Amino acid sequence: MLHRPEDLLLYEYDGSVEVARPDCVVFPTSTAEVVEIVRLAARHHIPLVGRGAGTGLSGGALARQGGIVTSFARMNRILQIDVQNQRARVQPGVVNLDLSLAVRHAGLHFAPDPSSQKACTIGGNVSENSGGPHTLAYGVTTNHVLALKVVLPSGEVVDLGSAAVDPPGYDLTGVFVGSEGTFGLITEITVRLTRLPEAVKTLLAVYDLVDDATQTVAEITARGITPAACEMMDGWTIRAVEEYVHAGFPLDAAAVLLIDVDGLSEVVEAEAQAVAEVCQMHHARSVRLARDDAERDLLWKGRKNAFGAAGRVSPSYYTQDGVIPRTKLPATLRKIGEISRKYNLAIGNVFHAGDGNLHPIILFDERNQQQFHDAVSAADEIIEFCIAVGGSITGEHGVGMEKDRLMPLLFSEADLDLMKRVRSVFNPTGSLNPGKIFPTTKGCGEIYVRPQPARAVPS
Amino acid sequence: MSLAGTAPWESLRTIVGPGQITTDSEQLQGYRVSGKTPKAVVRPGSEQEVAEIVRFLAMERLTLVPIGARTKRAMHVPTAAFDVTVDMARLDRVVAYDPDDLTLSVEAGVPLSRLATVLAEHRQFLPLAVPFMNCSTVGGTIASGVDSPLRQFYGTARDYVLGMEFVTGDGRVVKSGGRVVKNVSGYDLHKLMIGSFGSLGVITKVNFRTFPMAASTGAFVAFFDSGQGAVGICHQIAQSPLRPLTLEILSPQAAELVLGDRAAGVESGSRLIDTPSAHWALLVSFAGSGGMVERYERDLRALAGRGVSVLLDENTTSAVLARIREFSPMALESSPRAVILRLSVLPSEIAQALDELALVADKQDLPWAAMARGVGVIYFALLPTAHDGGVRVRLGRALDDLFDAFRPRERSIAMAWCAEEFKEAMSPRKTTRNDLEQMRKIKHAFDPTGVFAPDPLGAWV
Repeated sequence: MLHRPEDLLLYEYDGSVEVARPDCVVFPTSTAEVVEIVRLAARHHIPLVGRGAGTGLSGGALARQGGIVTSFARMNRILQIDVQNQRARVQPGVVNLDLSLAVRHAGLHFAPDPSSQKACTIGGNVSENSGGPHTLAYGVTTNHVLALKVVLPSGEVVDLGSAAVDPPGYDLTGVFVGSEGTFGLITEITVRLTRLPEAVKTLLAVYDLVDDATQTVAEITARGITPAACEMMDGWTIRAVEEYVHAGFPLDAAAVLLIDVDGLSEVVEAEAQAVAEVCQMHHARSVRLARDDAERDLLWKGRKNAFGAAGRVSPSYYTQDGVIPRTKLPATLRKIGEISRKYNLAIGNVFHAGDGNLHPIILFDERNQQQFHDAVSAADEIIEFCIAVGGSITGEHGVGMEKDRLMPLLFSEADLDLMKRVRSVFNPTGSLNPGKIFPTTKGCGEIYVRPQPARAVPS
Repeated sequence: MSLAGTAPWESLRTIVGPGQITTDSEQLQGYRVSGKTPKAVVRPGSEQEVAEIVRFLAMERLTLVPIGARTKRAMHVPTAAFDVTVDMARLDRVVAYDPDDLTLSVEAGVPLSRLATVLAEHRQFLPLAVPFMNCSTVGGTIASGVDSPLRQFYGTARDYVLGMEFVTGDGRVVKSGGRVVKNVSGYDLHKLMIGSFGSLGVITKVNFRTFPMAASTGAFVAFFDSGQGAVGICHQIAQSPLRPLTLEILSPQAAELVLGDRAAGVESGSRLIDTPSAHWALLVSFAGSGGMVERYERDLRALAGRGVSVLLDENTTSAVLARIREFSPMALESSPRAVILRLSVLPSEIAQALDELALVADKQDLPWAAMARGVGVIYFALLPTAHDGGVRVRLGRALDDLFDAFRPRERSIAMAWCAEEFKEAMSPRKTTRNDLEQMRKIKHAFDPTGVFAPDPLGAWV
C-alpha cells in the first residue's frame, strides 16, 4: 500500500490531461483480497477506483473524489490458455501485448491492439472497451470478451458470461465491458483468441492532398474491401514521427495511409492489388508495399509511436477521440483545419480512418493558461462537429472525467437516467469510481472548468 | 366476449386510432403466446405511440407482450398472463441507410426480407440468416436472440448492432449506442435487449453495421460414418488458416431433414445433394472465387481424407444454407410434438455433448436430429412420432436427464422451441449461475412496474 504524498504523485495522472490524487493505493494479489478491500471501503464509505497501467486517455482510472485506488499491477497472471478452443483466462493486470506473445507459438493472438498495448492491461481494455488499429476487421474489446469474474461494491463475487458462447439470460458481460470501472472491480477475464492470419501485406500510400487520402478511405469502404487496418497520418504527424522513428515516411507529404490487408495468401494478393488501385485512382503520389516483416514493423512502429512523437515536439498535447461516419472524413478534416487556424494551435491528425475514429492531437503549452483553455475549446469544437455529422464523442478512449459534461449532447435525460439505474444495479451507492461518465452538475449552459495540470501550478 | 367499448380499450383506441385495435376473440387467437391469449391487440404507428401505450398500460397495472411477425411463438419463453399485444408491424420504415458508411437504421417492424432487398441493391447484407427469415421482422429477430450459421465468420447480433431505441417500462423512449461503427459513449444497454424477448422494453429502432456481399460463395460437404469424424475435421478447420463463413455439423437425421427430399416447406422439396444414408455431414461454406475455391477444395479434401465429399456451386450453396437456416422450423414441422433444445458448449466438447444427447434420447426411444455449429452451439431436436401419453412421459424423462447433464457452468441448455403443451408443463430448472440476482435487478431497472409479461429469467431458479 502507498500513502505518502510523493508516492501518490504517480497515481494522480493517467494518459489524459486530467489530474486527481487518491488518498492511498493498494495492490491486491487475489480476488479474495479485492473483496476485503471493497468491504473495507464500503464500511468506511470511501470511494474506490480500479486501475490498470494508467494509460487511459479519459481519466477513467483517476480518483476524482479521492479515496482508494486499487491497482491490479500484481494481479498479472495468465491463468489458462486453451489453444483448442482459442480462449484465455487472465487476471486484469496482464499486459495486452504479453497475452499475444504468450499464445503466438500456437498461431494465435489477442486481437484488440491499442497503441499502448506494450503497457496497457487487459483489465483496463475491458473497462474502457478499447479499440486499436486492427479493430477495423477484428472488432473492439467487447467482441473478444466471453466471461468476467467481478467483485461488486457490496463485496459479492459474481461470474458473468461463460467460456462457451451464448450464456443464458441477459448479456451482463456485454454491458459490463466498457462500463469504465463504474460497475465493479474485474478480477478475471475470459477472452477469445484469434488465429494469426496466414498472410499480411502492408501498404503505404503517400498523398499531396489530405482530401485525396480521405477520399481513398471512403472509396475502399464503398468497394466492399475491409482491410485489417486503415490508418491515416497527416503531414504534421508524419514529420514528427519520422524525426523520432526514421521509418522512411516522406517529409513533404500532406498525408499517408497505412493499410494492412490480411487473410489467406490467395485473397491478400488480390486485395492488396485492389487497394493499391484505389489509392492510385485518388492521386496517391506513391504506393509502397512493405517488402518484409522488418519494413512492416517499422512502418507500424511509426504509427504506434505517433503520440510519443508529439510529446517530443510539444510541451503538452491533448488527444481527442471523436467518431464520424466514414464518408464525412473529408469534411471533418477540413473543419479541424479551420479550428486549428481559429485558435492558432497546431493540430496533428493520426487516426483510424477505416472506421472513422479520429485522434486529432492538439498541441499546447500547459504553462500558458490561455493556450490550455484554447486547446480544450478546440477539442470541444471538434467533438461538436462530430456529433453534428452523426458521430460520437468517443470511439475508444471512454467518457471518464474528460467528457462527462458532453454526454447530454448525445443522450437525453431518459437515456442517462436508465444508464444510472443500470449502474445502480451493480453499484447502488455510487462509491465505485465516482464522478465519471455522468455530468456532475445539472442544468445546461454551465461551463465546467477543468482542474489545471498540477505541473503548471507552482507548489 | 368482446371487450370493445370498455374504458381501457377506449384509451388505447385514442392513442392508435380506431382501425388499429383488435378485440375480436377469434382474431386474438392468432396472438396466443405460451398458452395465453391477449384481450386486445394494438398496432401503434410510431415510437411515440408505443411509449404512450406502455405508459398507459403501466398506469392501469395491465401487462403487454410486444410482437413482430408472430413467427416465433413456438419459442419457449415463460410468460405471465397478459392483457395486450403490441403489434409492431406498422413501424416499418428504413430510417436511414448509408451504404458508403456501411450503416443502417431501421424500425423494428421492418421485415428482414424487405431489408435484404434494400441492401442487395448496394451489394450489401446483414448476416442474419435466421429461422423464418422470409417473414420475420427486425425487432422479433433481435429480441428473440436467434442465431445465424454465419456467426462462424460474422459473429452474432451483439457484434453488429451499433445502437438501438426502445421504450422502457415507464414509457420512456431510450436510446443507446449510435450509428457509427466504433463508439464507447455510455453503457452498451442495447446489448441487454438482444435476446431479452421483450421483457426489458419494446425495441422500436435498431442500428446495424452492414456488410459487403462476397463476390461469390461456395461450399463443401463431407460425409462421415460417425459424429466424432465430422467434429474432428471441424476442429482441424478451426485450427487452420481458413476462415469459413459457416461450419455446421448435421446428424444423419438432420442431414436427411435439411438436405434430403423430405425437407418440408422449402422450395419443391427436391433433393439438393445425394446424401449417403446414415451419415453425418459437415458443411463448410466460404467466400471467394477462382483461386480461393481451389484453395478451400484442396485444404478441405486433404482434411476430410478418403470419405465422400462434394463441392457445391454457388446456387446449391445458397439453397443449402437456406435450409440450414430453417433447421428448427423444419424440425417442428416434421413432428407436431417436437422439442428443440439449444445447448452451448466449448467447441472441444461438441463430440462429447452429441454423445450424451444421443444416449439420453435413445434411452427414451425418441427419434432425434442434431445440428451443431462449429462455435459450440447445438440444436438438438427430439422428434417423437407417436402421440400417446407415453411419449409425454418419455420426453419429460429425457428433458430431466438433459437439464441435469448440462447444468454445470461452462455449458448451458435451454428449451428453444416446442409445442405449447410442453411449455406449460415446463417448471423452472435449477441453475448454477450466480448472476441471476443481478439479472433480476436489471429487469427491475428497465421495467419497474412489471408491464412486460415475458420473463425469460423465469426458466431458472
